[in-house]
Amino acid sequence: MKILVCIKQVPQKDAPLRLNEQGTWIRDDVSWETNEPDAFALEEALRQKEKHGGEVVAITAGPARAQQVLREALAKGADRAIHLEDERFAQMDAANTARAIAAAIGLEDGGGNFDLIVTGLQSDDFGAAQTGVLLAEILGVPHATIIIGIEKTDGGLKLKRELEAGNYQHIEMPMPAVLTIQSGINKLRYATLIGIKQAKMKPLKKLAWTDVEAKLSPHMQRIERLYVPESRKQTKRIEGPAGEAAKQVVEYLKNEARAL
Amino acid sequence: MADTILVVAEQREGKLNRVSFETIAAGQAIGRETGWAVEVVLPGAGQAAGELAKKAVARVMALEGESLRAYTSDAYVAALKAFIAERQPKLVLFPHTYQVRDFAPRLALALERTLIADCTGYKYEGGKLLFTRQMFQGKFAADVSFGGDAPWMATMQTGAFRGDSAADGTAPVETVAAAESAPRVTPHEVFQEAKQTVDLSQAETIVAVGRGIKEQKNLALAEELAKALGGEVAASRPICDNGWLPLDRQIGSSGQTVAPKLYVALGVSGAIQHIVGMKGSRTIVAVNKDPEAPIFEIADVAVVGDLFQVVPALTEEIKKAKA
Ligand SMILES: Cc1cc2nc3c(=O)[nH]c(=O)nc-3n(C[C@H](O)[C@H](O)[C@H](O)COP(=O)(O)OP(=O)(O)OC[C@H]3O[C@@H](n4cnc5c(N)ncnc54)[C@H](O)[C@@H]3O)c2cc1C
Ligand SMILES: Nc1ncnc2c1ncn2[C@@H]1O[C@H](COP(=O)(O)O)[C@@H](O)[C@H]1O
Repeated sequence: MKILVCIKQVPQKDAPLRLNEQGTWIRDDVSWETNEPDAFALEEALRQKEKHGGEVVAITAGPARAQQVLREALAKGADRAIHLEDERFAQMDAANTARAIAAAIGLEDGGGNFDLIVTGLQSDDFGAAQTGVLLAEILGVPHATIIIGIEKTDGGLKLKRELEAGNYQHIEMPMPAVLTIQSGINKLRYATLIGIKQAKMKPLKKLAWTDVEAKLSPHMQRIERLYVPESRKQTKRIEGPAGEAAKQVVEYLKNEARAL
Repeated sequence: MADTILVVAEQREGKLNRVSFETIAAGQAIGRETGWAVEVVLPGAGQAAGELAKKAVARVMALEGESLRAYTSDAYVAALKAFIAERQPKLVLFPHTYQVRDFAPRLALALERTLIADCTGYKYEGGKLLFTRQMFQGKFAADVSFGGDAPWMATMQTGAFRGDSAADGTAPVETVAAAESAPRVTPHEVFQEAKQTVDLSQAETIVAVGRGIKEQKNLALAEELAKALGGEVAASRPICDNGWLPLDRQIGSSGQTVAPKLYVALGVSGAIQHIVGMKGSRTIVAVNKDPEAPIFEIADVAVVGDLFQVVPALTEEIKKAKA
């Protein structure tokens, strides 16, 4: 199986985020990491390759700093990587991200010929949950979302989808296909020292904005402003030493909430 | 272009998904400000359309066809694409369900339009419609506008509008034949995994742990607190994914929905998928070291601090109070 994994670099989970002066985006002087479900998508791709042979290619669209997520993917076992490198890739809407990735696929030898494309089910920053689905539409191939199990069959794929409230469903579809992967589908591996060393020798192809620009369209949605959401409740805030805080919580539970 | 808001309702095996009423409520609210009429379409089995017709909407359309009997993204995209292209509503609203996540982005692109996903509200400013959605895992909210022409499309987060606030009325029901297609996806039956061994919906007190607990062995801290309170231990998804607690103790959209008298969240950030499973709790106490953790927005008591210090102290105080 020839598999493409879409990996996005997002602010680290614990990073304190601050707004830019215009209030339209965050200040990007934070630490970054691989979007969590994308790490599971990569792991799944590596496991499929280990079972069925083939190649795993990692792709990201983002500024120079995003190369780090590709380096990690290569260190974990991806065979090669593609970096759509430009500041402008960082804030695109999901449709244009998908178009840029589709364009990069088109620039591969023989038009890519990926049997399988995997993405995370959503990004931690945008949370659009759209890029993979849109990529499938652009490529004209079937897709499935929130996947927690992949089995290759003679005719294609047998997949396990997660549904709401503890429900699941198996579905089948032919390849090529795009799947969006749910966190927890597998157990992540760590990069080994040898892996990190080998990664430096693996091919990393860079594509510029101008390589794919013709395939992009005007943004169809725009963030007008970004702000800290208002609290929906009267919240009692307790700070300070743990012993004191604990006393105040118990007071509240006894006297105000009557929950003790 | 018709001045209408089309609400896409959801059913599975003929049973209406109640979040459809929340989306109708959202449509009615927008309709009151814009003057646009609300219409509802229900793809798939028609029998649930009658329930929708008891709401104050202009009409309910049951979109029926062989290929819509069991859900597949291919069939839904094909049928709704033809339907929307013909009717040209101004706005199309969906509930942000797993099913909608699966087909709506593709539908929007097939219509050369865009979808603003997982919205918590809207704003109508000077004739311009904006949708508000969470970003950065709930740390920020964004007001998002549409760049291109209608039909504009948006999905509404579960709980953003109250289903019981949807105004009642009587609407005519029409059956519309769906454009047929040959889906590439073969769906099988929906099923549940192994039987539940604990019913958290009955628990009066729940102590939930999140990734802030760091290591499996630290779960003991939460267990002691739960014991002191006479409650059950539950968790966010990553804890159950790690296998530290069984799946039937996972709270959230893909796990259990609970509404105990007291919900204590330890090191849980408060992602929307967790919150939908517990926000009905009567009293919510959250302990988190991040003063801006989104969980604090819905908490009654927000303890800003290190859970490894706060929790043992809290357990002691509760034991004292109960003694
Ligand atoms: C389709 C879908 C379905 C999902 N279903 C569910 C679901 O059913 N249930 C669910 O829970 N999630 C679900 N999720 C995942 C959800 O989006 C979040 O990723 C998850 O809830 C985060 O879990 P967490 O809060 O434990 O971890 P994190 O988000 O990593 O938060 C950890 C928190 O601990 C705090 N912390 C760290 N150390 C300490 C300390 N020493 N003291 C105090 N606080 C500390 C941090 O400040 C942080 O706020 C779903 C996601 C998707 C996309
Ligand atoms: N800039 C990007 N580069 C590579 N992959 C991306 C990018 N943006 C989104 N993706 C992929 O699309 C998934 C869904 O993102 P989103 O639609 O933003 O929620 C992510 O989990 C990634 O796998």
